[in-house]
Amino acid sequence: MSKQIYRFLGLLGGSARDLGPIVLVIAFFQIVVLQQPFPDIGGIVRGLICVVLGLALFVQGLEMGLFPIGEAMAQAMARKGSLPMLLLFAFALGFGTTVAEPALIAVVGEAATIAGAAGAIADTAEARESYAFWLRITVAVSVGVALVLGVFRILVGWPIQYFIIGGYILVISITAFAPPEIVGIAYDSGGVTTSTITVPLVTALGVGLASTIRGRNPLLDGFGLIAFASLTPMIFVMIFGMLA
Amino acid sequence: MAFLTEIAQTVFAQTVYATAYDVLPIVVILFVFQALVIRKKPAHLKRIVIGFVYVLVGLSLFLVGLNEALFPLGKTMARQLTDPGFLGIVTGSDVDWADYLWVYAFAAAIGFATTIAEPSLIAVALKAQDVSGWAMKAFDLRIAVAVGVAIGVAVGTYRIVTGTPLPLYIMAGYVIVILQTFVASKKIIPLAFDSGGVTTSTVTVPVVAALGLGLASTIPGRSPLIDGFGLIAFASVFPIISVLGYDMIVTWLRRRDKHDSKEDMP
Repeated sequence: MSKQIYRFLGLLGGSARDLGPIVLVIAFFQIVVLQQPFPDIGGIVRGLICVVLGLALFVQGLEMGLFPIGEAMAQAMARKGSLPMLLLFAFALGFGTTVAEPALIAVVGEAATIAGAAGAIADTAEARESYAFWLRITVAVSVGVALVLGVFRILVGWPIQYFIIGGYILVISITAFAPPEIVGIAYDSGGVTTSTITVPLVTALGVGLASTIRGRNPLLDGFGLIAFASLTPMIFVMIFGMLA
Repeated sequence: MAFLTEIAQTVFAQTVYATAYDVLPIVVILFVFQALVIRKKPAHLKRIVIGFVYVLVGLSLFLVGLNEALFPLGKTMARQLTDPGFLGIVTGSDVDWADYLWVYAFAAAIGFATTIAEPSLIAVALKAQDVSGWAMKAFDLRIAVAVGVAIGVAVGTYRIVTGTPLPLYIMAGYVIVILQTFVASKKIIPLAFDSGGVTTSTVTVPVVAALGLGLASTIPGRSPLIDGFGLIAFASVFPIISVLGYDMIVTWLRRRDKHDSKEDMP
């Protein structure tokens, strides 16, 4: 038991170190550059204690829960040898974790406002709502497709750069035809889709698959799922912008 | 400890609820596939459930703390730094990119700092360290990514100030990445591509987005709706370049060391 407590103290120390740069940057700009006093020091200290404690708990939980279940499920599915089920699992994971993502809901809301203002859709609450809803579905489908593609790549063992470079070429060529007001949002949507809980799980899924399938190297083939998930939304959102 | 109970009753409860809402689809999918396809109880189920609870509570505490301590200050700061009054800019005059040096400095510093604290990057770095048998140190990878985000966000703010087109920069970034993949070692490439996607998450997005919107709404001729976006895209492309660059430097140093030690031999 004392060993576990010792380990958790280590994690707390690590979290405090991870938070150090933010505290330094904000303190420097507040005191030296803006030359203003700190409002509500008590609240800041309280918040920092929560942040450090929370980060340590999160890392502990990663190693106990998210990593093991992700790898265990990937291995169990790979041993079952059912390709459709594995791909369905990948799609469900991508779609399911993205469709309810709060950051995404915020972004599609703003996208609808822009589309309304630019005259791409009728500037009514109803039109905006339906635009935001379908954009959200589009992004969720694109992340599902990304994980299917990514899992397929792990199975066949092709080098990831061919896929990514192909994706880049697609992004660039579609940009030329997409309405300019959607481009900024499309480029940003790649970054916001992968939440803090999805990332560890998807990473563990990839590494678990690559370590189970013979001839695959976990480091060479296991990573890269997140890369797919941040590339496809850009392509799908621009196509959506052209069709809407 | 009184403040902990106070927090527990209000914001914390809401954040746990919101985070649980985030976790729910994942748990449902895992459960359905576990029950219908795998049809076997996973090993150490109790430990896994406790782990999920830790993740849920930890992430909620993390978010509540950030909202309490850092986000309000960071966002206010982003607004104040982009204020023409602070920067000493006469309204009505043409925009000169050199007037915004503090903004670029803040963008780089906050981009670096928030990336070091990004939980999903910590997760990927830990896994990479584990899989590579400690050959790829988690902290080194995180520093490399953070340097990339710092440069990316600084260049991104410069783009908003000058009003130059976003796709041009992203394309240039892509070209550099493609050239680098021919030179970099194979084992780093998937990791580098992944680090582009994980950098922009819980901690980085709110502060960086506030900076972009603040800039776009104070500079004449920029629309917050159109020019405010795009910073996240910068923060996703530049870490790929910096991680691949980090690998190229490490390989080069190693080769040079080997060369030197050969010469030392009698």
